[in-house]
Amino acid sequence: MIVADRKPLEEILNSIKDYKKIMLAGCGGCVTICFSGGAKAVELLASQIKMAGKKEGRDIEIVECTPERQCEYEFIDELKKDLGSVDAVLSIACGVGVQAMSQRHPDTITIPGLNTKFMGYPIEHALWDERCAGCGDCVLEWTGGICPIARCAKKLLNGPCGGSANGKCEVDKDTDCAWQLIYDRLKKLGKLDNLKKIREPKDWRMSTNAGQRRIKFEEAML
Amino acid sequence: MKSDSRLEKVLTAGKFAVTAELGPPQNADPEAIKKKAVGWASAHQVGGASPTLRSCVDGANITDNQTAIVRMSSIAAAAIAISCGVEPVVQMVCRDRNRIAMQSDILGAAALGVKNLLCLSGDHQKFGNHPQAANVFDIDSVQLIAMVKKMRDEKRFLCGDPIKEHEPRLFIGAVENPFADPFEYRVLRLAKKVEAGADFIQTQCVFDVEKFARWMGLVVAEGLHKKVHILAGLTPVRSHKALVYMKNEVAGMSIPDELIKRMESAGEPKEEGVKICLEMIEQVRNIEGVAGIHLMPIGWESITPVILERAGLLPRPEV
Repeated sequence: MIVADRKPLEEILNSIKDYKKIMLAGCGGCVTICFSGGAKAVELLASQIKMAGKKEGRDIEIVECTPERQCEYEFIDELKKDLGSVDAVLSIACGVGVQAMSQRHPDTITIPGLNTKFMGYPIEHALWDERCAGCGDCVLEWTGGICPIARCAKKLLNGPCGGSANGKCEVDKDTDCAWQLIYDRLKKLGKLDNLKKIREPKDWRMSTNAGQRRIKFEEAML
Repeated sequence: MKSDSRLEKVLTAGKFAVTAELGPPQNADPEAIKKKAVGWASAHQVGGASPTLRSCVDGANITDNQTAIVRMSSIAAAAIAISCGVEPVVQMVCRDRNRIAMQSDILGAAALGVKNLLCLSGDHQKFGNHPQAANVFDIDSVQLIAMVKKMRDEKRFLCGDPIKEHEPRLFIGAVENPFADPFEYRVLRLAKKVEAGADFIQTQCVFDVEKFARWMGLVVAEGLHKKVHILAGLTPVRSHKALVYMKNEVAGMSIPDELIKRMESAGEPKEEGVKICLEMIEQVRNIEGVAGIHLMPIGWESITPVILERAGLLPRPEV
């Protein structure tokens, strides 16, 4: 899932300071699961904005909504009927949702209320860790299911750097060294030979280095 | 000979090699390098009617924005060192440049007379003075070693295009940290670096000689010491505080408490630091597979010729 974090309230208030009436649009997808952009987050943020506005003597009107997913046209088309009456949309979907809104409703300004962080999953309640960097050329087959691209601060492909100590990464003592995890898992699986092979330089064209990426699913094309 | 490197000649001749770190300044002053290099070169004049200057080290490691703090380019500083009669070992990290810039710099370094290149991943930018910077890590240190070897031996760029003439003739170095985790994997990783094309290895600072000896035992058991020249990294310290700092703040360091106590109770800590370093030189010399030492006196480079003189390692041999 995509994990996002709410922007500081002050930044949000500043970004909507020129508007009297806004639509606050959440998303029923990933950001609902990570608590930053679902219906409850919309309700909370709306009341925070109204209270902050009142303190400044401003009466901010808010239309609240949480489409099933903000990243698909079919779910955001239904918002059009209300867009004519608002000055702007404050979106608390991920960056994909914000852009889908901007693209589908080009006459309305959509402002992001979240910082989109990474692809990951909750490792325990209310705690998410990054797991995939979307590099476009998956290596999990030989790394024991642990990604060195997303989880090693140096994206190393041929083993740990000299800063791996007591299972932790030198960059953050609370973060596991991805290569220690890879080593331990492969050792357990009897597949340490996977680490003996020199891994060739990665083809970063598959990643974000060749511009915007596109996937076409020929079989499903109409 | 793979290169025209003095370090290669010394190691190939089976003589105990000496390299030491020479850090570039955080400014554009060439004198900062010249002063150190000339000091090293004149530390011992080789006799004869007209004595000639010879560097007190076989190779001077020019660090590449070490700990991610901006300093003079290692290749530029190396060119200055060469002009002073000191043979540099240019350090190159994967943090700041992609494969295009690295190959370009490798050609440039060789054109300026650089004969040794040390390939490293590089300290993460978090530890430096620009923690906001994007890191590159287009390739990693093992891939960098293989790339330099490909340029030298196959006369090809990484992409396969030929280097029609004047390929860079470099003696290829790599590093290994015997004290980082996973301990057992460190030998396997060294083997990978050797397979990729490393000619010599400089290790992380050895303070824990016992653990280093254990690691060397594994290295020798794998026969790696016959395929690559291993130089033990040594850091003389001036105070116990430096040791405490490294123990607590630098990941992947092993520093015995007895060493800290010894430095703390010393009447003259600087002299004690030199003595400890001299003892360690003797200890690592006696470990099978150790082909030389690499001195890294952090912020105390003037002590290098002193230690080498007292260790009986001067003058450096004729090769």
